[in-house]
Amino acid sequence: MVMTRLLPLAALFFLGGCSGTWGWYVVNPSTAAGQRNLMFLIDGLYYTIALSVTAILISIFLGLMVALPGLARQRPPRMVNRVYVELVRAVPILVLILWVYYGLPQVADISISVFWAGVLALAISDSAFQAEIFRAGIQSIDRGQHEAAHSISLSYVDKMRFVILPQAIKRILPALGNQLVYMLKMSSLVSVIGMEELTRRANELVVTEYRPLEIYTVLVIEYLVLILVVSAGVRWLEMRMGAADRR
Amino acid sequence: MRDSTHARSTQAAAGRAGGSGTDFISLRHVSKFFGDFRALDDVSLDIGLGQKIVICGPSGSGKSTLIRCINRLETHDSGEIAIDGVRLDDSTAARAVLRNNVGMVFQQFNLFPHLSILENLTLGPVRARGMDQVAARELAEYYLERVKIPEQIEKYPHQLSGGQQQRVAIARALCMEPQIMLFDEPTSALDPEMIAEVLEVIEELAGSGMTMICVTHEMGFAGHVADRMVFMDHGKIVETAPPQDFFSKPKSDRCKTFLQQILRH
Repeated sequence: MVMTRLLPLAALFFLGGCSGTWGWYVVNPSTAAGQRNLMFLIDGLYYTIALSVTAILISIFLGLMVALPGLARQRPPRMVNRVYVELVRAVPILVLILWVYYGLPQVADISISVFWAGVLALAISDSAFQAEIFRAGIQSIDRGQHEAAHSISLSYVDKMRFVILPQAIKRILPALGNQLVYMLKMSSLVSVIGMEELTRRANELVVTEYRPLEIYTVLVIEYLVLILVVSAGVRWLEMRMGAADRR
Repeated sequence: MRDSTHARSTQAAAGRAGGSGTDFISLRHVSKFFGDFRALDDVSLDIGLGQKIVICGPSGSGKSTLIRCINRLETHDSGEIAIDGVRLDDSTAARAVLRNNVGMVFQQFNLFPHLSILENLTLGPVRARGMDQVAARELAEYYLERVKIPEQIEKYPHQLSGGQQQRVAIARALCMEPQIMLFDEPTSALDPEMIAEVLEVIEELAGSGMTMICVTHEMGFAGHVADRMVFMDHGKIVETAPPQDFFSKPKSDRCKTFLQQILRH
């Protein structure tokens, strides 16, 4: 009911234009200028992907390192896990990006590039969520697996590496895929410190071309395509890993 | 190729059993609590090398807890457990003695579902023993032969029947070449038609001189295999006797009732 009323409205909005005419010429690939603008926008993909992928790899590692003490029987390591997760989860990503880029160099007396500030902020922010995902995944593995590993005298590291984590990771793959998608979107925030990724490029082009509607529409489509491709990739991976063994 | 290791264990058996009377496993006044629940209550038990002990008793009587304490899957709260003269605690010496001596088979098999049968068998020898892959494979093949499923080596656990999975689990424990095998209700999770094939493998193992502690309700099997029956109730060892005495003239009433119930069918 709502849909039937909204659809014509949406069509009106997109096709008819709201306040005047569309100016697709800014990104028209058949003109030299349009092509140049389009390439300028698409080039941002490189940093968006590099930023997100580097950050997620670090955050997976960090998350695992934070998750493991959370599974300990003793209280102190569990507290470390809790404090880390609660603190990091409470800081907005944008705030963390600003703090790492402008604050951290002063505190630690280092210089940090825009790229690595972005990676670091995204990775830390995401690691709290990764930690919770890993903790849930590892906890979902039957106790008998731990006991069997113990009974053949595997060390803790070997048990985790060969027995528990391979099974846990398969179970948390959908959640890890989610985080990757989330990361790709959140990387747009790194534009505020000047990272030349998709969003920053779109902003810059808007300033010179004065066509926000068309340029931001292209930006939306860029993210949409990127994330649909990534989602398909994650689903393919899930299928492949699921096929290896079914219980 | 494997004869050398068997020579080692039988030699050790001869050396230790030789008159001195030292027991390979000894439990002294062992107690274990789960919260307020007393799972083991002042349990003392001595087991010589090569002996086969069958533990039975009603559920919740502490049978599983007892053998899990011997493997340190549970830590006992008081008393002392020693294997080969080494007291079980958190020390590296205790860990080494467990690694070199004790194998365990679980009710639920607990095979690693993401690993092939071969990988299930070689993981322990390669990672915990530092054996190379080729030697570990030979070892795995040898023990799969002994549990009579050499043809399943490349398969995954879920492709096997319950009985086959449990035999793989036995082979996995044997690949660590333990002196003692602990069996925690090895046939309780199996369909009836698969129980025999697993018991047969365990009986053969018993025949080869392996020291065993087995928790089971299979009384026919217990009668064949056990040197000694141990009956537990409420965390205590109520009665221990050779199987012929145990089944024909149980002393305690609790044991009589239990045997009547379990043998009625």
